[in-house]
Amino acid sequence: MRIPCPFCGPRDSQEFSFLGQAGLKRPDPNAPDAQMQFHDYVHIRDNKAGVTQELWLHANGCRSWIVVTRNTLTHEITGSEFASPQVKEAAQ
Amino acid sequence: MHYSVFSIISQAFKGQKDWKPVWRYPDPKAEYEILIIGGGGHGLSTAYYLAKNHGYTNIAVIEKNYLGSGSVGRNTTIVRSNYQEPGNIPFYEHSLKLWEGLEQDFNYNAMMSQRGVLNLYHSDSQRDDYARRGNAMMMHGVRADLLNREQVRDVVPFLDFDNARFPIHGGLMQWRGGTARHDAVAWGFARGADSRGVDILQNTEAKQIRVENGKVTGVETSRGFIKAKKVGIVAAGNTTRIAETAGLRLPIESYVLQAFVSEAIKPLIPCVVTFGAGHFYISQSDKGGLVFGASLDYYTSYAARGNLPGVEDTIEEAMAIMPSISRVKLLRHWGGIMDMSMDGSPIIDKTGIDGLYINCGWCYGGFKATPASGYCFAHLLATGESHPVATALKLNRFETGYVIDEAGTGAQPNLH
Repeated sequence: MRIPCPFCGPRDSQEFSFLGQAGLKRPDPNAPDAQMQFHDYVHIRDNKAGVTQELWLHANGCRSWIVVTRNTLTHEITGSEFASPQVKEAAQ
Repeated sequence: MHYSVFSIISQAFKGQKDWKPVWRYPDPKAEYEILIIGGGGHGLSTAYYLAKNHGYTNIAVIEKNYLGSGSVGRNTTIVRSNYQEPGNIPFYEHSLKLWEGLEQDFNYNAMMSQRGVLNLYHSDSQRDDYARRGNAMMMHGVRADLLNREQVRDVVPFLDFDNARFPIHGGLMQWRGGTARHDAVAWGFARGADSRGVDILQNTEAKQIRVENGKVTGVETSRGFIKAKKVGIVAAGNTTRIAETAGLRLPIESYVLQAFVSEAIKPLIPCVVTFGAGHFYISQSDKGGLVFGASLDYYTSYAARGNLPGVEDTIEEAMAIMPSISRVKLLRHWGGIMDMSMDGSPIIDKTGIDGLYINCGWCYGGFKATPASGYCFAHLLATGESHPVATALKLNRFETGYVIDEAGTGAQPNLH
């Protein structure tokens, strides 16, 4: 499997480490149901069969966090982008 | 038909013509008391124990492919109970005890072989860790033997004891562990369940769990709607896909695990051996093939096939302890989908939906649990209460904080 890093170009998947589902939003710790929200945030995943967006770290490369669009049924990768804009948006 | 030495001898005189098929191919009935989704080892053993221990006969198992086509027919066949966490040890020990009497119980040769499971350690600190694990086992009445280097050499003299990077200092042995013939386990449970009236519906895919007013009413399948009072999900790698149709979201991710079989060689490896400095396990089948595997491919997948880095990693680990097998040819290797839970331990519990029960999160250690998983799930389905050895395997343990994290790696399923 090759992953197209937005900074380095297509690289072997062994250079990357996998974190998991992208786009999870850290809950507000002051919310009344914060405990349950944090439970979902830490433990509950979509685990989709099909096209997913997931966070990978180019650990043995440029060390960028990237969001990879990948099909979990075929391992086909259709895109990747830097994670930072998405993460910044989620933090607001 | 009861299998015995007499049935074999009498068949020999009849030209082997009277053997009967051991399960039927029934059409689905309109309604069942209990419907089990998933005809793998755990689903079949659930049906078997529901019929045998709790007297249920109006139940069915639906399987989207042929019987035993999933992980139960394609695993590394290891049976053991050398766990460390209090929530796990009694459960897996219960399972091992069931394994010990399983063949007599379901009257089928599962080729259960208690040849021992040896976990190697490669450093002083790892020896201490294994001593602790052995002590934890013994506190629950499970025997464990901490072997030193020479004792390990007596059992498996061909290992690379003086490997520069991972020298072998000793190992933790569970002599009662071993291997069993995986297909025969599925067939034995299927035969036992079928003969007690359970309908095993092969090539019947669950499409949608129907829920009305918070209560399960049945399952939409590829062969029409089947009504059921209770539904048990035992769908392994596809658990979340089927649970999703009932609106459930689970602490599960699916990953691919690869396993390997080599060409047959003369008897070499007398027990199951695991590498302590990575994650690698190997045994030799009765046919002579070496059966081995290692860690998951580390990204979520439903593809049922692995990638080459996983192969390379496995072979490297094999070479670190057994360079003697470097010229053995691989016969085949395959990938299967694992339902990895967030703490690496299984879930056998009710769900928030009335009549819907779940048995999942077996990660890649489900085979050894096959009898107890079915035993405890049957108990739960029949009585509504968790079996005493499975009280820790709750779905809500991630809310309450009582997680059972053997590996201590946290909510990162690909690390378990």
